[in-house]
Amino acid sequence: MSVANRPVHRPLSPHLQVYRPQLTSVLSILHRATGIALSVGALYLATWVIYAAASPKAYAMFQSFNVSIVGRIVLGGWLFCAFYHLCNGIRHLFWDAGYGFELKDAYRSGWIVVAVSAIATAVSWIVGLRLV
Amino acid sequence: MSDLRTPLARARGLGSAREGVHHWWAQRLTAIALIPLVVWFAISLVMLSGADYGMARAWIGSPLVMVLLILTIVIGLHHGQLGLQVVIEDYVHGDGWKLALIVAVRFVAVVFGLAATVAILRIGFGG
Repeated sequence: MSVANRPVHRPLSPHLQVYRPQLTSVLSILHRATGIALSVGALYLATWVIYAAASPKAYAMFQSFNVSIVGRIVLGGWLFCAFYHLCNGIRHLFWDAGYGFELKDAYRSGWIVVAVSAIATAVSWIVGLRLV
Repeated sequence: MSDLRTPLARARGLGSAREGVHHWWAQRLTAIALIPLVVWFAISLVMLSGADYGMARAWIGSPLVMVLLILTIVIGLHHGQLGLQVVIEDYVHGDGWKLALIVAVRFVAVVFGLAATVAILRIGFGG
């Protein structure tokens, strides 16, 4: 058998039907989900400055959505996604640099990400709602 | 664990996606750039709660904010497009659909990035 055709024993993906979620896997999935949400949020941010450049009437229309219940949930949700993806992204950069791969460290950094993003989200919501 | 790559793949060094490390590196560079930008923007967004049209425009149009806001939007869209590409590559298996979606995401990112940049410059320089 040639070298190119040599069978390789690759690692298997977990089977989701019989998979018990752990902190590490949940945070990993959440990183991707918040990343997708933030991509849509970036379009929303772009739309905001486009409306601000267009006319007072257009901006008022956009702003009326922002101050509605749905708008508040979208903006509040954006803040959570941003803080979470930011904190967990920094965790990923440490992994990329080769640090924190021990299981104990992965759990510790995971809980730090949960705590910091929860606190930042709560503070931003409280301050934001007081200013409205 | 033994090396899973063939000697030829190893020599080429382009990995399973056959395009090397450019995507990976661009994703990390934009991630690092976005750390201070997102912190700044999140604080600004909260502080702008309840700002009216005039206040929002005055903020967007100040020179430092113009620069930081354009950086945030353009780098943010680029980072998002790189991330969405990976999601599409992971979950969309038909080659046609995969390519079409990746191209569509890129086009949308470029159009919104350019439109937002023009809007910010217009607010800053009047017109």
